[in-house]
Amino acid sequence: MVKPKFMEGPLKGNFASAYAAMDADVDVITAYPITPQTTVVEKLSELVGEEEFTERQHVEYVRMESEHSVGAGLVGASYAGARTFTATAGQGLLYMTEMVHWMTGARLPPVVAIQTRGITGPGWNIWADYGDILSLRDSGIMIQFIASHQEIYDSILQGFNITEHPDVFLPLFPAYGGFVLSHTAKPVKRIPWEEAQKFVRPKTPEWPHVWVDGERPIMSNALIMPQNFYTEFRIKIHEAQMNAIPVIKDTMAEFEKTFGRGYGNGLVVPYKCDDAEVLLLGYGGNALQAEDAVDKAREQGYKAGALRLRTYRPFPKEDLLHYIKKIPYVAVMERALAFGSPTGGAVSTDIMAICQRDPKARNAHIVPFIGGLGGRDVFLDEQIDQIKILYELKEKGEVPDRKYKMWDTFWTGLITGDKKVEVENQEYFGDI
Amino acid sequence: MAKTKIKDIIANPESRREYFLPGNSTCQGCGLDMAFRWAMKALGQNTVMISPASCSNVVTGLWPKSAPDWPYFNMAFAGAAAAATGMKHGLVTKGKGDYNVLVWAGDGGTTDIGIQGLSGAAERNEDIIYVCYDNEAYQNTGNQRSSSTPHGGVTTTTPYGKERYKKNLPMIVAAHNVPYVATASVGDPMDLYDKFMKAKKIKGFRYIHILAPCPPGWRYPAEETIQQAKMIVDTGVFPLFEIEDGNLTLNGKSKRLHDKNKRKPLGEYFNKKNQGRFKMVDEKILEELQMDTDRWWKWIDRFLVIQDYEEK
Amino acid sequence: MTEEKKNWELLRMNREKRPKVQNWTSYWDLPYGPVSLPVKGSAGRTGDWRTFRPVVDNEKCIKCYFCYMYCPEGTISVNDETGFVEIDYNYCKGCGVCATNCPKECIDMEKENK
Repeated sequence: MVKPKFMEGPLKGNFASAYAAMDADVDVITAYPITPQTTVVEKLSELVGEEEFTERQHVEYVRMESEHSVGAGLVGASYAGARTFTATAGQGLLYMTEMVHWMTGARLPPVVAIQTRGITGPGWNIWADYGDILSLRDSGIMIQFIASHQEIYDSILQGFNITEHPDVFLPLFPAYGGFVLSHTAKPVKRIPWEEAQKFVRPKTPEWPHVWVDGERPIMSNALIMPQNFYTEFRIKIHEAQMNAIPVIKDTMAEFEKTFGRGYGNGLVVPYKCDDAEVLLLGYGGNALQAEDAVDKAREQGYKAGALRLRTYRPFPKEDLLHYIKKIPYVAVMERALAFGSPTGGAVSTDIMAICQRDPKARNAHIVPFIGGLGGRDVFLDEQIDQIKILYELKEKGEVPDRKYKMWDTFWTGLITGDKKVEVENQEYFGDI
Repeated sequence: MAKTKIKDIIANPESRREYFLPGNSTCQGCGLDMAFRWAMKALGQNTVMISPASCSNVVTGLWPKSAPDWPYFNMAFAGAAAAATGMKHGLVTKGKGDYNVLVWAGDGGTTDIGIQGLSGAAERNEDIIYVCYDNEAYQNTGNQRSSSTPHGGVTTTTPYGKERYKKNLPMIVAAHNVPYVATASVGDPMDLYDKFMKAKKIKGFRYIHILAPCPPGWRYPAEETIQQAKMIVDTGVFPLFEIEDGNLTLNGKSKRLHDKNKRKPLGEYFNKKNQGRFKMVDEKILEELQMDTDRWWKWIDRFLVIQDYEEK
Repeated sequence: MTEEKKNWELLRMNREKRPKVQNWTSYWDLPYGPVSLPVKGSAGRTGDWRTFRPVVDNEKCIKCYFCYMYCPEGTISVNDETGFVEIDYNYCKGCGVCATNCPKECIDMEKENK
């Protein structure tokens, strides 16, 4: 057996994605480049030809001509029963959207890594912003927010155990911040092949619900009349989302038991929540940084806790309520803007909705924060300020004012004119 | 290749099997229905078909019943060629690499919304057969203009006749240097059958463009489907040919029609008495149509002249 | 295995064993997604669409099988014993393509009397 070129050491987030897909023994990879995803497909094109993999795996790597085709290719390969993987970001994900809906509608189980990136509208933007993946919030896909390099690897490896579970059969989209995770390197440990294969779900010749066989021909996804179960098949997708909650938990528990590392219960990751009086709730890299903010704030006497939302769809209602009921002062920090929604944030709106339906959480204070859009840094001080705002609320009973509060939402990092803003290369513009 | 005769089909129980089951919801005299029937007789049951939005999505049956007696997958409009690509690679990993993987798309799904996927798959030389059944408009949604609609044709979105010409897709695909490109017409089912038999044995990207007349869309009586399909070949408007590894051969009736004088006059075909959709065709449009037909044949000439030169 | 799963496991059987027509009654026994099975008459008894019925005059028939070849629907079959063609009137839509293309004009389109 050939010695693997990489087993342990500093690794870029995107390379961790690529290794995880190979270690999960995928059959078909469809690929198309887009910043900041590009290095995933570059690395994969390299790995599929490396001896370590060729001696034990047969991977079909297809270089597509667009993201729409990448999505369609995944659907086609998935119909055939193959284990499929790809990665995309931002505009690419938007272009793939039609096929993403097809994946969920046809109940296919690909795993698609997303290197989140700002959506173009005001101008091109390629940096971290979860607006792209959250635009698919209601498409039926499972969405996970990943916060660290090792977690990228581990999540993708766990991915197929969740998507191919007979109670689920929905695609999983693990998302991590473009550049902040995709292009930085941190220590990552690969799992040796044999151990990984013991963990990863064994392959089957075909799925239980769709197959290709001339002897047993079927037609898939035909036209359904309104009176003929279309409603029911849509509800089935919702049911699968609900089914996925225990499956994600079990998969994480098994992973932790086998490999000795884990990320909360797979749905939420609490940090110092046991004695906390206020809670910073967030997702992705920012939520990991919130743990530092909690430590800093505790030095100053604020008893804060952090809760990282790891799985957004299915929505972990029970787990979130468990913490919110204990700690009723919650700042929800989001790195995506849902235009025109009640709070401007998809996650805070959802959290308010679950609180409303639970008598014990109904009086919890949910304070929405939105910031870090298009890759703007969210500073530790800003997160500590969120904790201070929660304390002011706790003491005075009402949400305090800040210059960057509009429509009851705090816009973290908003340029308010208080500080001089440096525009790069300003000197070259001259006088206008 | 010797041409298969209808008696050969009758003599062979395998080719007698009907794959596209009767009692489906195609219109009376549907050209697509015939194309399905004869293509599948050649391909057999180990064929996977990927079909983007088109008539074929609907006429194959409403859930939970279906007419195709072979694996058939509906697909989003723009994604057919890519899905077939994925399907082929997926089947290879599952030990079913011997299946014929087909795209079965209409002219809208091929010449308009699906052309990117088609071009991509052709460029990669994916091991699939791409079939375009060309009824010269979006007939499923009720006859709207596509880039395959002929000049002067009236559709619901070109009520005064189409201003531009029919897109010459077979030549566009041929420019991708794929192993096999062919045109076929339901007016000559044996030729169509033979082309599928040949395509089945070739590895790589194969493209077959089938002219499939549509009685309600073209506005002619249902019983004339074959006559219409024949006439479009006889006038030279739609030449039957195949291009194998860059070498073009004219087939069937089109063999004799290289000589312009042997073609039937265009006025017989582009005539409001022949097809209701040509009610806006006048002398000027007829002249332009003649020019366009000549342009199609010039493409063919380019191939033939070079082949002649290479032989010498 | 629960009853609901057993129900649709039948869909995975081959032609002989699987149900001819799916008959789901509730949300709980549905499969994951819509799977259609091939069946004759997916659009019903399309023979009912006919205004004119093709009738073959076997006296004049020369067994050229052009009607078999051109029938769009595949409702014309060949009787192996006699060699004559037979029309499946359950599904023949009465388009008249066979009659138009019969070289001996031995197929008549007769008005249906309903």
